[in-house]
Amino acid sequence: MVGNADLFVNWSRKSSLWYLLFATACCGIELMQAGASRYDLDRFGAVFRATPRQADLMLVAGTITHKMAERVKRLYDQMPEPKYVISMGSCANTGGPFYKDSYCVVKGVDLVIPVDVYIPGCPPRPEALIDGIMRLQKIIMKKKNVYGAKA
Amino acid sequence: MEAQAIFDTLKGKFGDAVVELKGEGCTPAFVVVVPASVKEIAMFLRDDPAFSFDSLMCLSGVDYKEKFAVAYHLHSMKHRHAIGVKAFLPRETPSIPTVDDVWPAANFQEREAFDLFGIVFEGSKDLRRILLPPDWEGHPLRKDYKYPDFYHGIKV
Amino acid sequence: MTIRPNALPTQEMTINMGPQHPSTHGVLRVILTTDGEVVTRAVPDIGYLHRGLEKIGERVTYAQFMPFTDRLDYLASMNCNCAWAWAVEKLAKIEVPERAEFLRVIVCELNRISSHLIAFGSYTADMGAFTPFLYGIREREKINDLFEMLCGARLTYNYARVGGVSGDAPPGFLEKTVEFLDYFAPKIEEYNELISYNKIFVHRLANVATVTAAEAVAYGLTGPSLRGSGVPFDLRKDEPYSVYPKFDFKVCVGTGERGTLGDCFDRYMVRINEMRESIRIIRQAVARIPDGPVLAKVPRVFKPPVGEVYFRSECPRGETGIYLVSDGTTNPFRLKIRTGSFVTMNIFEKVTRGLMIADIVAVIGSFDIILPEIDR
Repeated sequence: MVGNADLFVNWSRKSSLWYLLFATACCGIELMQAGASRYDLDRFGAVFRATPRQADLMLVAGTITHKMAERVKRLYDQMPEPKYVISMGSCANTGGPFYKDSYCVVKGVDLVIPVDVYIPGCPPRPEALIDGIMRLQKIIMKKKNVYGAKA
Repeated sequence: MEAQAIFDTLKGKFGDAVVELKGEGCTPAFVVVVPASVKEIAMFLRDDPAFSFDSLMCLSGVDYKEKFAVAYHLHSMKHRHAIGVKAFLPRETPSIPTVDDVWPAANFQEREAFDLFGIVFEGSKDLRRILLPPDWEGHPLRKDYKYPDFYHGIKV
Repeated sequence: MTIRPNALPTQEMTINMGPQHPSTHGVLRVILTTDGEVVTRAVPDIGYLHRGLEKIGERVTYAQFMPFTDRLDYLASMNCNCAWAWAVEKLAKIEVPERAEFLRVIVCELNRISSHLIAFGSYTADMGAFTPFLYGIREREKINDLFEMLCGARLTYNYARVGGVSGDAPPGFLEKTVEFLDYFAPKIEEYNELISYNKIFVHRLANVATVTAAEAVAYGLTGPSLRGSGVPFDLRKDEPYSVYPKFDFKVCVGTGERGTLGDCFDRYMVRINEMRESIRIIRQAVARIPDGPVLAKVPRVFKPPVGEVYFRSECPRGETGIYLVSDGTTNPFRLKIRTGSFVTMNIFEKVTRGLMIADIVAVIGSFDIILPEIDR
């Protein structure tokens, strides 16, 4: 009975992942194109929301600079639980091509917020993004919610 | 109009404020001027009908290791000619009059030169950091800039 | 500012149109001071995407900087790649093979079309109409397929090289390009029927943020924003570079057709018309492309002569000017990139005085700014 409740809750969470439209740089365009007609993200139940208050997935797409890092943290804090973060692209993973010589790029968004799935690529193809979202869905399906275990 | 002709007219009008014409290896050629006279020369270049340089293509700071320079690239829509104007500044206190009332396009570019080099534009209507956070220390594009270790707790 | 003289006294509000906002075309922050719904002052705050490209340029070689120019304006990567290549070739006086120049022009114009499609799509989405965005992306995906055939990438191509291009067009590429042009040309009429002359759309754009020709030149506007104010200045015609003199095309200028000359609607229509002209240029280029090599012989350890050069080219968002100072070593000594969007922001504060908050969105979209170009 309890197992079924977990299954039901996880299934409903993974099937309607509303993502925050947080596109900083080039990966943002691949995100937009993934959400458009050819690689449709809507079939996963994922619609974009403009405000973090209504989103449960934050797709960090693009380079995060030091000036922006504080805003990323604030947006993450504004999202209600349960929330997930996907780091899309090399810049969000580790700083990307700006790792070596740039003075104002945060070397990876995981220095600012906790990340669930990393998607490599510069920029990752929309298929890679969809693969990343499906992996996140698998992670969500494994979560135990009912007996107070960490969500 | 050719660069040499522009230089000769400017030299004739402003005398010692116009230092030399650097044409070797520079496209477009640069008229090197004294920093204090930049605004006068700019107004003349914009208003004189034979020149009418009404468009500032680019304003950039340069760090030649012993000194700074501000390079202006000008273009005329009417006569379709282009010229460069350069002013060399001392490294310790780089400061030059602003041209943002001559060409309003200069404002953001001067702020960028101030942000990244530390060149102060006297009389500018708005001189603040533009690209970096307001509490950033140092001017990154200088040749002797050392990258900071941490900024607000995050490793740089 | 008194707009309703007999109304109750009000107080000004400061609203933050923050860096994360669906319609700011990137991470642009605008600090609005408003009196009710009317904006009294809109100050742009930029730098949220400043990655220090100019400092990076001083630490890598000329060839290694090419992928960074992709990320400069990622919707027109080919244009930025080629601008960098042309600037370095002008400095070092390298002769580029003609087939490479033709290929560069074809990809630059294709990228102009795809950039204007996103500009069109996102602008109409900002105005509230989501459908044209999907239509624009549908066409853009076809162009992405063409580019993938050519160089393997969908967004950041890294296609041009100093001295030519990285690879020749594979067999079938030119035929597929012409097929795409035949498919795409009637679509522009479809977009005009769908949204361009829609009464609400016109009402939102006409007479908003008018920029006169003299102001446009003084404030440094370039590209479609300048031509929207009636100034017929296009770098491809007036300071031609590469093989553009061989092609016959019109310079699209704003005509004030639905409002005053130089308003948002004019700038929008210039972009729609430019797509038509790009189709013409590509057709001519495909018909006339010669055979031959695609990359000139450039030494592996490339050291250009000492000197300075300023080169500008017409990118979809304005002119991209590269001021390159070389001291004879393998790395640039100083590299300054002057982009259309950065200088366009100069006029933002002036033009938004007295507009409604919703008009600010129309203004940002009409100037077609993109943040990596502004922040570098």
